[in-house]
Amino acid sequence: MGGWAIAVHGGAGVDPNLPVERQAAAKRLLARCLEIGVAALRLGTTAVDVVEMVVRELETDSLFNSGRGSALTARGTVEMEASIMNGRGRRCGAVSGLTTVKNPVSLARRVMDRSPHSYLAFHGAEDFAREQGVEVVENEYFITEENLGMLKLAKEANAILFDYRVPLGVIETCGASAGAVMALDSSIKMNGLPISVYAPETVGCVVVDAHGDCAAATSTGGLMNKKCGRIGDSPLIGAGTYACELCAVSCTGEGEAIIRATLARDVAAVMEYKGLALQSAIDYVMKERLDEGKAGLIAVASSGEVAYGFNSNGMFRGCATEDGFMEVGIWE
Amino acid sequence: MCGGWAIAVHGGAGVDPQLPAERQEEAKRVLRRCLKAGAEALQSGEPAVDAVELVVRELESDPFFNSGRGSVLTRNGTVEMEASIMDGDGRRCGAVSGLSSVKNPVSLARLVMDKSPHSYLAFDGAEIFAREQGVEMMEKSYFITETNVGMLKLAKEANTILVPETCSASAHRMNGLPISIYAPETVGCVAVDRHGRCAAATSTGGLLNKLSGRIGDSPLIGSGTYACRACAVSCTGEGEAIIRATLARDVAALMEYKGLGLQEAVDFAVKERLDEGFAGAIAVSAKGEVAYGFNTVGMFRAYAKEDGSMEVSIWE
Repeated sequence: MGGWAIAVHGGAGVDPNLPVERQAAAKRLLARCLEIGVAALRLGTTAVDVVEMVVRELETDSLFNSGRGSALTARGTVEMEASIMNGRGRRCGAVSGLTTVKNPVSLARRVMDRSPHSYLAFHGAEDFAREQGVEVVENEYFITEENLGMLKLAKEANAILFDYRVPLGVIETCGASAGAVMALDSSIKMNGLPISVYAPETVGCVVVDAHGDCAAATSTGGLMNKKCGRIGDSPLIGAGTYACELCAVSCTGEGEAIIRATLARDVAAVMEYKGLALQSAIDYVMKERLDEGKAGLIAVASSGEVAYGFNSNGMFRGCATEDGFMEVGIWE
Repeated sequence: MCGGWAIAVHGGAGVDPQLPAERQEEAKRVLRRCLKAGAEALQSGEPAVDAVELVVRELESDPFFNSGRGSVLTRNGTVEMEASIMDGDGRRCGAVSGLSSVKNPVSLARLVMDKSPHSYLAFDGAEIFAREQGVEMMEKSYFITETNVGMLKLAKEANTILVPETCSASAHRMNGLPISIYAPETVGCVAVDRHGRCAAATSTGGLLNKLSGRIGDSPLIGSGTYACRACAVSCTGEGEAIIRATLARDVAALMEYKGLGLQEAVDFAVKERLDEGFAGAIAVSAKGEVAYGFNTVGMFRAYAKEDGSMEVSIWE
């Protein structure tokens, strides 16, 4: 056994002009979450408990796009989704369309542990939340001034109806947005929006514990200005989240690209079926599965390795291993 | 390179061994009819993605299996339908869940893929999109059949959805219910056209007596449905087992990453990925092959190939 290891992320695709204070705040948050995870791992907490605990922290903090601080739908509301997978037994739970549940990842955990199903969404998920007695709040709790501003910009850019999956040279640029430069350089646009307006900032955590068991969890408010009812990759097992005996993976970035790539499952499948080691598997899927899509992921292996990969402009991430290594980063 | 077109359909894995003979015959008639419609489309040069949508629409419109009209009922006695479609040419996909008034869920999934910037829409949002797109909508009662109302009653009496498997032959219980009460009967279609393009589509009412809001494997890309350049796959059975197995993606991954042939990949996935779960899959390859596999008692299925071969079957 290689000891325990943990990685967290706060989204792939970062505005190169992100103010320095915001970069520092992001790194502080990632470091704090890592410390929480590390403290738990030192006490022998299981991987699945640790990933839930860390993602709860990220949801509760308003900085990234999950729980409080979630991106807004076209209607200005919040619809959150999350999933969790326990590599031990390959059990999983997922939720979508949450509007009042304070910690979506914990409801996903309940779906896994306390329901006969794997995935609950919208009204049914909210009913289940109440049956389970999890903490619920008003939808306004999740909405921040900052995201209200972002929504306004996104609507002005009106770029969400762009089919960003088609190479940019083929699409006419839409009308001028409120001063945002619609660069044709696709590396600073994601999901059809300039990265200064919207960066995915989905959150996630992967852990391998002292027993070599792996787990992963991912949580998000989803795509800024999304249609109500839109489900992205984060709650989809095999797309945004995956864990098995070999490894655990959490992804972030352009949801539609991650779904068609079955990105999280593919990291594990490449390890299992091609015999690649963790980093090689990550590099392979990032290169081969995304086509024009932009995304990133974090992963751990049962051997105690931790690794990440991204083809976006930066990814908020951090990792720590039992031998004392700890690192938080944003850029390449 | 291409072996001609090929198409396969299914109407669910897990069949009551006591299913009356007339019902078995009716199932085969429905499968044969839908298969023919798809085969004719492929024969006239239609792309695979059009053929699979066409066939699944037929299956949804027929009340026999568990999709569209004839969907099983939720715990609340309502219908919540879901579907997904994937075009292997470009690996584009569309999915919907929580539909209660859309006549053909697979067609809405197709519109999500072709006419929206998203891949998956659900519940109220999906119904709103359906209205925007002008798809055919029906009264909720259209989808509900007497048979399924009766099934729900039996399921509630059995009340076994939360009870773990008993020691009785587990092959005759699925999702915690005796197979005489409930068999998955999700529908699906996979096709490869003359150009070697593969596509898959899956549609279902989901799990009898499910909690409202429960999403199964059928709308999940990689679980119930998958298509890429190598193959197309549609699955059916215990949804939770198919999800944790990422069954549809794994068939393709085994071909891509382990170099297995189509049938080998299906066999491997069904054997190795399901653990105690019960499910089945149909698949086609870009080369024109057809394969299926199931570890359940029976699977309603049929296939046809350009060379004239055809089969409609239920049992092993």
